[in-house]
Amino acid sequence: MNILVYLIPISLFLGAVGLVAFIYTVRSNQYDDPEGDSRRILSDEWDDRPKP
Amino acid sequence: MTAVLRPPASACPACAAAPAALELAGASEPRTGEIVLSLPTIHCAACIARIEAGLAAHDGVKTARVNLTLKRATIDAAPDITAADMIAAVTALGYEAHELDPSALSATAADRAGRELLMRLAVAGFASMNVMLLSVAVWSGATDATRDLFHWISAAIALPAIVFAGQPFFRNAWRALRAGQLNMDVPITLAILLAVGTSLWETALRGEHAYFDAALTLTFFLLAGRYLDHRTRAIARSAAEELTALEVPRAWLSEGGTEREVPIAQLRVGDRVVVRPGGRLPVDGEITDGVSELDRALLTGETLPVFAGPGQTVSAGEMNLTGPLTIRATAVGRDTSLHRMADLVAVAEAGRANYTSLADRAAKLYAPGVHILSALAFLGWYLATYDMRTAINIAAAVLIITCPCALGLAVPAVTTAASGRLFRRGMLIKHATALERLAEVDTVVFDKTGTLTTGTPALTGLDALGDREAGIAMALALGSSHPLSRAIVEAGQAAEITPASVSEITEVPGYGAKGVWKGQTVRLGRASWVGAAPLAVTASYLQVGEDAPVALPFEDRLRDGAAETVAQFIARGFKVYLFSGDSAPSVEAMAEKLGITRWMAETLPADKAARVEELRASGAHVLMVGDGLNDTAALAAAHVSISPASALDAARVASDMVLLGSDLSVLAEACTIAKSATKRIRENFRIATLYNIIAVPLAVAGLATPLIAALAMSTSSITVSLNALRLRGGQR
Repeated sequence: MNILVYLIPISLFLGAVGLVAFIYTVRSNQYDDPEGDSRRILSDEWDDRPKP
Repeated sequence: MTAVLRPPASACPACAAAPAALELAGASEPRTGEIVLSLPTIHCAACIARIEAGLAAHDGVKTARVNLTLKRATIDAAPDITAADMIAAVTALGYEAHELDPSALSATAADRAGRELLMRLAVAGFASMNVMLLSVAVWSGATDATRDLFHWISAAIALPAIVFAGQPFFRNAWRALRAGQLNMDVPITLAILLAVGTSLWETALRGEHAYFDAALTLTFFLLAGRYLDHRTRAIARSAAEELTALEVPRAWLSEGGTEREVPIAQLRVGDRVVVRPGGRLPVDGEITDGVSELDRALLTGETLPVFAGPGQTVSAGEMNLTGPLTIRATAVGRDTSLHRMADLVAVAEAGRANYTSLADRAAKLYAPGVHILSALAFLGWYLATYDMRTAINIAAAVLIITCPCALGLAVPAVTTAASGRLFRRGMLIKHATALERLAEVDTVVFDKTGTLTTGTPALTGLDALGDREAGIAMALALGSSHPLSRAIVEAGQAAEITPASVSEITEVPGYGAKGVWKGQTVRLGRASWVGAAPLAVTASYLQVGEDAPVALPFEDRLRDGAAETVAQFIARGFKVYLFSGDSAPSVEAMAEKLGITRWMAETLPADKAARVEELRASGAHVLMVGDGLNDTAALAAAHVSISPASALDAARVASDMVLLGSDLSVLAEACTIAKSATKRIRENFRIATLYNIIAVPLAVAGLATPLIAALAMSTSSITVSLNALRLRGGQR
């Protein structure tokens, strides 16, 4: 059972990383244009962050 | 008229007749901020790249960003760049573009409330998953120190998560309690707080059961419902805003011989305003200069254009057809008759707020019910055992397990699915309870001009004309942009009539066109001008030389799907009425054509509203479909109302739903969808009740362990959501 000492913090940490990443994406307007973003992948132009 | 979004300056058919007016409307105005364009025809990656590159290559443009979801481009440009330049640039690339008023779009630009909900949803989801992980370990047999440790970790995750994620409920509940009322959020808040409170206590006493996971999943499911609800309304709101933003309000001010374009907000009483052909009057006033014809269809429902000359009083919202007019403003902005009418509607709308939605009715039964039940459970157990701890635990379990999440999801999930389906078919639901009200409709009232008909006339009497007259009429009509002339040209081209060689064609604003044919003067225009006896229907009159004038009668063209829609409503046993401000013969002809037996002509706006009230008082649930100012009062008075996107802003504001396309046939479908949506909502309530009937006795008996609570709660929520999804239908 000692493995839990490592596993629980690790799982919590990984979950928190995901949560922080999600909050970052929401904050930086990445859900404003889902349809456009799905098409932009196909374009060769350099465009890796939403412009204001 | 196929595009959903039409040119700026107005939502009128005659604007198409005057492209010049469009360009003028989009012309120079010094601005500081950004330019927003609506791009209704974009659809792919190539469109985005081409437009962005094309705009960015334009001098003075700093950045250009296309949003495909909203079909919009936001351009950050130097102050001297105008929207007209940008529209020209996009048009040159082969796409349609219309200017949007950025100030009217402000509310959707930053959807802060939605973002906040999404964030809370994410936190609740994260926390509930982690706590569930630990809880599963406890349920599957962790004991003693391990169990306590797991409970403490759960508490450490759950407490901050609940404090953050539950705020929307806490705030709402507090507001309701302070106002001395009970709403759905009160039992929710109580359940969450009690669950967390007792769990903490149990954990501190090294107890066996903790409900941290239940509290978190409850929050998660409820937030999901809230978010769905918010999304539905946000989509409707943004589309409604876009319709408003399309009409960029500008006017031409005449000052000492020069003309200047100003925003309408800057107009003052006494200003002289120039209105060009194809433009909508921005103010109430008196004509000081110019002769023209006015189209008052949106205001009065009359299809016949009215002659306008100096000295005549005119009101905002009327459309100038043939000649430029100068108007001295007597009322501007909020004082115009158009706005005063719209304000009246706001008063009438307050009456509609009395409608209680199904969800509210359910909450009224539910909220006191569960509180009494849980209090009884507490009392019963306390009297039976004299053990405070057990009694409170049982009471908390009752509150949790009668979980309102099925109820909280029942309505939003269904309305989201239904309004999404209607939105794809071109119908926008603005009001939260509109779907429920639409489901109850048994009487439909149509307006004629602009609703059942497109508002653009079509020539009917072409066959009655001789070849000679037809050719002359064609030739004269070709030289004019009057809507009736365009209709003659259209009909003539369809019948393959060659225009006669008429020379010296001149247009006389307000009267018609004249020319010379084989040495004789030929005239096409108003009855009084050519000396003919006017007909009751919309007509143009042709006179060749000194011959007796001939009439060319017009008929309003039916909107796509209008006949089928009316037929469907009649076939389903709805009572269908036709109320119009137009003259009796044309209304009768229209009613006969569509098979409507109950009609009323030459109605004043107040008559329409009064008749709708009367129908309502006799127990009918009235659906009003109308587009003009003369309909707004009736739209607000009806049980539920729909207006086409081409309607006046005032009418769109007054109605519960807006028809985005030009096809009416979605109306009948909307009624069907509304009916099945209400059915689903009721089914969902039944599922929730059924589940409570099974779960509550378990909780009261003290058998509801956290595992059972979690299972029951998730099952009911998922069943309810799946049931709502049945509404979506297969087609896109």
